[in-house]
Amino acid sequence: MGVKVRIPTPLQALTGNNAEVVAAGGTVQEVIDSLEAQYSGLKERICDEAGKVRRFVNIYVNEEDIRFLQGETTPLKDGDEISIIPAIAGGA
Amino acid sequence: MKKLELSDDQVKRYSRHILLPEVGGKGQRKILEGRVLVIGTGGLGAPVSFYLAAAGVGTIGLVDSDTVEVSNLQRQIIHFTHDIGKHKTDSAREKMEALNPDIKVVVHKTRVSSENILSIIADYDVVVDGSDNFPTRYLVNDACVLSGKPLSHGGIFRFDGQVTTIVPGKGPCYRCLFPEPPPPGLVPSCQEAGILGVVAGTIGVAQATEVLKLLIGIGEPLIGRLLVYNALEMKFRTVKVPKNPQCPVCGPHPTITELIDYEEFCSLRS
Ligand SMILES: [Zn+2]
Repeated sequence: MGVKVRIPTPLQALTGNNAEVVAAGGTVQEVIDSLEAQYSGLKERICDEAGKVRRFVNIYVNEEDIRFLQGETTPLKDGDEISIIPAIAGGA
Repeated sequence: MKKLELSDDQVKRYSRHILLPEVGGKGQRKILEGRVLVIGTGGLGAPVSFYLAAAGVGTIGLVDSDTVEVSNLQRQIIHFTHDIGKHKTDSAREKMEALNPDIKVVVHKTRVSSENILSIIADYDVVVDGSDNFPTRYLVNDACVLSGKPLSHGGIFRFDGQVTTIVPGKGPCYRCLFPEPPPPGLVPSCQEAGILGVVAGTIGVAQATEVLKLLIGIGEPLIGRLLVYNALEMKFRTVKVPKNPQCPVCGPHPTITELIDYEEFCSLRS
């Protein structure tokens, strides 16, 4: 199953400057692995060494933060849109 | 508190506000009685403080320790070319007072730290975070949660922006959204990243909008929602921000009960 994944600006250097890519998988975890297979280096920017999503990066399925769903095992259905949203600090 | 009556000059100056049924003379008086602290007088702080001055926010505090540099002028519209070298808070205050003699501008020529932030924010009703680094952002969040102050959070990066409104006791805080700042070196911040100048305006004006809504008590602030903006696509989206029951600062069993000074980690920061 293919889902749309929105890639944040800081990570677009790894996706050939694409803001939106398609990945395969029935869970968030499978989508992250599918992204890594296509765009090497992406996973370590999103996940820590233990494979958990980093504490300053959020993944949303549609409008919902996966930390409040089933985390990395959150199941996906057709038409779901995934957004990766990191904390940004700029302001000056 | 003594009820403030609008003068004839004020009725004229704020007539376009007063015409709005949701604002009216009553809402304008709330704006005039409002006390708002703007942390940072840079990309976000410039439009926030300029618009709040125009709107008639009675007391506006400005916190910044920097001076105006030529590279600021592409976006920090409250500072002019002849201000280069001047203290940012002084430069901003001059423009705000020229725009609206009705208001009082209080300058704090300092950087906020765990030592001074609680006493600085104590005098204000609403805090606006227009800072440019993670340590300050987490410090401001924690200080606002600990003192129960509403906070408008805005962040910008290249073509992206984020805005959320934190009302302690009512909704989630910034740590509910992102529990911890990234470790030094993992996320590019500040000068190395670049910023399309107008993005600071878009996000800063959204923050100023939230402040006015909070002061007047109208509309639906971005409580429990993160507004995410991308200038290239010209898209605004919102995602949900639930209150995290395990939040280290605003949860029922907080582990952060005093303020933390995180290490400053932008190597390019002067
Ligand atoms: Zn919280």
